[in-house]
Amino acid sequence: MENNWYTISVYSENNVGLLNRISGIFLKRHINIEALNVSKSEINSVSKFTIVVNTTEKWVQNIVGQIEKQVEVIKAFYHNDEEIIYQESALFKIKSDLLFDERNIQNIIKENNSQIVTVARDFFVISKSGKREEINKMHDQLEPYGIMQFVRSGRIAVSKAEMRISSLLEEFQHN
Amino acid sequence: METVKEQKTTSKNNKTIKISGAEAIIHCLLAEGVDLIYGYPGGAIMPVYDELYKFQDKLTHILTRHEQGATHAAQGYARVSGKVGVAMATSGPGATNLVTGLADAQIDSTPMVCITGQVPRHLLGTDAFQETDIIGISTPVTKWNYQVTRAEEIPEILAKAFYIARSGRPGPVLVDITKNAQFDELDFTYEACTGVRSYNPYPKVDVNQLKAAADLINSAKKPFIVFGQGVILGEAEEQLKKVIEKTGIPAAWTILGVAALDSEHPLNVGMVGMHGNYAPNVLTNECDVLIAIGMRFDDRVTGNLDSYAKQAKIIHFDIDPAEINKNVPTDVAVLGNAKESLEALIPLLNNNKHTDWHNVFKEKYQLEYSTVIEKDIHPTKEKLTMGEVIEQINVASNNSAVIVSDVGQHQMIACRYAKFNQTKSNITSGGLGTMGFALPAAIGAKMGAMNREVVAIIGDGGYQMTIQELGVIFQHNVPVKIIVLNNDHLGMVRQWQELFFDKRYASTVMVNPDFVKIAEGYHIKSKRVSERSELKSTIEEMLASKDPYFLEVKVEKEDNVFPMIPSGASVSEVRLK
Repeated sequence: MENNWYTISVYSENNVGLLNRISGIFLKRHINIEALNVSKSEINSVSKFTIVVNTTEKWVQNIVGQIEKQVEVIKAFYHNDEEIIYQESALFKIKSDLLFDERNIQNIIKENNSQIVTVARDFFVISKSGKREEINKMHDQLEPYGIMQFVRSGRIAVSKAEMRISSLLEEFQHN
Repeated sequence: METVKEQKTTSKNNKTIKISGAEAIIHCLLAEGVDLIYGYPGGAIMPVYDELYKFQDKLTHILTRHEQGATHAAQGYARVSGKVGVAMATSGPGATNLVTGLADAQIDSTPMVCITGQVPRHLLGTDAFQETDIIGISTPVTKWNYQVTRAEEIPEILAKAFYIARSGRPGPVLVDITKNAQFDELDFTYEACTGVRSYNPYPKVDVNQLKAAADLINSAKKPFIVFGQGVILGEAEEQLKKVIEKTGIPAAWTILGVAALDSEHPLNVGMVGMHGNYAPNVLTNECDVLIAIGMRFDDRVTGNLDSYAKQAKIIHFDIDPAEINKNVPTDVAVLGNAKESLEALIPLLNNNKHTDWHNVFKEKYQLEYSTVIEKDIHPTKEKLTMGEVIEQINVASNNSAVIVSDVGQHQMIACRYAKFNQTKSNITSGGLGTMGFALPAAIGAKMGAMNREVVAIIGDGGYQMTIQELGVIFQHNVPVKIIVLNNDHLGMVRQWQELFFDKRYASTVMVNPDFVKIAEGYHIKSKRVSERSELKSTIEEMLASKDPYFLEVKVEKEDNVFPMIPSGASVSEVRLK
């Protein structure tokens, strides 16, 4: 079976220690977490982990089973890239001089549909949201001019198919 | 704390009393029906021990000689009684000494609650004396764990701990309680936990899957059942028997499933796995439908997965969805508690007999009997064998003893040859293979089933890993019967060295102390046997004793356990010699 990119979405209670429990499942199987994001979800008091891995479907099934088994996990799903809408966010911190001295910088900002978040005396910050390749492309374009700081977020994703968490929670409650 | 508030609760006890966290812990244990705990005191758990002193008429605390012993005793207690075992320890080294027992209980699905003391809240993260991150350390080896830092959390968290430990697929839970939470007062009321929002321990049995399973079983020509501990944990022994008798399907067991079906049942065809019986291993690759019930296709059961039952349709009954398709791809999966699933399956099954197919098992058994079993249990050579010792226990106990075995050759021999006529009788460390398990586990097993004969079968290696627990047997006069099968070697590793490492016996030769004198030092009646002529009468004497009894049997030093599936080989390549 060949490796592929999978996005695992985990709906869970918001508990101290659960991240440790979930990351241990990957550690034990020697599978690297390529990106991780934790946020609130569409349901009040339910958290959502979005985890990206590059592995085989057999392993991703195994991992999702083990994650779902954790007491504080409500439900876990996995999807390939075609089954989700996803993006990442990045911030670039650049020297202010460049904004005025290098006309091309403004073109790069425009062409990449990115935004200037702040301009200070010494630096300015650009934010860019999109797919990993788009962010990488912009990074490559800016790199020759000098990037003071760069950071990229984990993937966030919503599935094209429905995730029936609310009804699932109700089912659990009535079991 | 959101999750705790979200519990569905019943049996509300409205009486509120103002007590310390430490006293609240005792009341929680009593409310959960606990009357026996194993543990070891220390600084960070002292307030709880002070309360144990006051409540000693209601709650017995057994001081093991090492915290690992406390966990194994709690496991032994849980495995014979079906109740939750409880172990207690202090912070730091007390807590880390629980880890092996937690891992063992996790992989063997044993319900256990461990309570550890922790440094006060304000010292957390300061590298305080005896501070250790036991939550971090125990996370991969617990079903659930939680650190309590406020006294008022105690009743809800302990209620949740017991509920999680015993429900669904059982497992160990650790609750770490900071010392300030033990000292501080709370308004105490206890509400038993009956549900946790995100946790679904009993998946509903799917009728369509059941029908699909029944169709496969009814049309099978060579069906074969393999059952595991799920049958015992789900209390489905009667249902299993009905399924087997109605369909005439030969049934084999994993080492944790063994006592679920009477050893003498005509359709009981023995043990699967690395040192299991010849017929069920070989015929795994000849059956047309393999029905797995409450077992998890461990690698010691399946051998090489690429050549495991490839010709068969696989039906898998299990309570844990994560086990389905984990190792062996399943054709029909029936999720749910074994009792409920099998109960619903029985009416869908046709009455049948598979006499010819069953005869194939019998023929293969005869081959195994003449090449292996007869020499093991009725040897003619001079030296004693482990197998004949087990056989004598069968005879003298009428197949009714609880057998607690350690890990190694003697364990495989005990599981192969011990006979059982009731459930919850074979206590061994199956998944983790924890040497040192048996002596403390036998203490727990005896205390969990005082009316039953409990015999610990231990090798000379494993015995010395937890030998200090003889102190508990002496102090509390726990009438367990201990047999050390002494071959002066770490026998199983030596066997592998002989077969696969050209007899390079690296660190497997043991120079042993005088075990009889050690037991005598603990004032335990002891005897050593090295002659066949003394064996029968000594075992009878041992079983007749009302007190604890230690028996060392000097056995052949370089015997091997057969049959054997070499590591990584297929079940059909099982070797008889």
